[in-house]
Amino acid sequence: MTSSTDRIEREILLKAPRSRVWRALSNAEEFGNWFGMDLKGKTFEAGKAVHARITYPGYEHLVCEMVIERIEPEKLLSWRWHPGAIDPAFDYSGETRTLVVFELEEVDSGTLVRLVETGFDDLPPARRLDAFRLNSGGWETQMKNIEKHVATG
Amino acid sequence: MLRQAKTSSNKALLKSMAQRNAAAVFAALGDETRLRLIAVLCAGSAMSIAQLTAGTDITRQSVTQHLQVLANAGLVRDVKVGRERLWEFEPTHLEAARRSLEMIAQQWDHALMKLKLAVED
Repeated sequence: MTSSTDRIEREILLKAPRSRVWRALSNAEEFGNWFGMDLKGKTFEAGKAVHARITYPGYEHLVCEMVIERIEPEKLLSWRWHPGAIDPAFDYSGETRTLVVFELEEVDSGTLVRLVETGFDDLPPARRLDAFRLNSGGWETQMKNIEKHVATG
Repeated sequence: MLRQAKTSSNKALLKSMAQRNAAAVFAALGDETRLRLIAVLCAGSAMSIAQLTAGTDITRQSVTQHLQVLANAGLVRDVKVGRERLWEFEPTHLEAARRSLEMIAQQWDHALMKLKLAVED
């Protein structure tokens, strides 16, 4: 794998003060509100894991684990997690987690947010490849359908 | 984690795959030994039959047959290194890895837009 497959980088300018953006990121409950996770009553603490139920429609049966890595007030928030861990029956614990880093920078018109997620090259190759993405029930059903189709010619 | 774009992307991908050699791919993967071989070869380095059978009770002949099935489906290929014949994962599948990364990136775009809505009120 080349490094071009290892990372995702995004930048977005938010027309809001840095303190406001920081709160939306670092306050677990607020984070959950925009991200789509139930983090009521929870807090982000460096070195600690947080478990949250997904609130996005269709994914409510999933619990996401974020292991908070660094918190630098109004500057940086980072955590590790298992990307695309959407199969509740699959044990992802043996896999390397990707690292998500949010960085804030104050600019004239608001706050510049930089997001970098790295570590995709360290994921088990089988999980990287769409062909082996068995982590959705739909895919497995589809696979059986195709098998059946092949078998009946 | 939030991966809301996944289902639809998988569907689109399924369609395009089905149009190609999906049948061969699925047939090739419908076997525990072959899945294991793929997992090992996916790790990156090309391996010999001897390396692939080391520590297993699979015979060389059986592994060779399995590799042939995987090769026919375009999942692995053999390369000559000196006098040795090695097997490696078919690198065109790197493209699939890039696509899955694009999918996750799109989901981040979606999340960032929601963050924007949340703080720009």
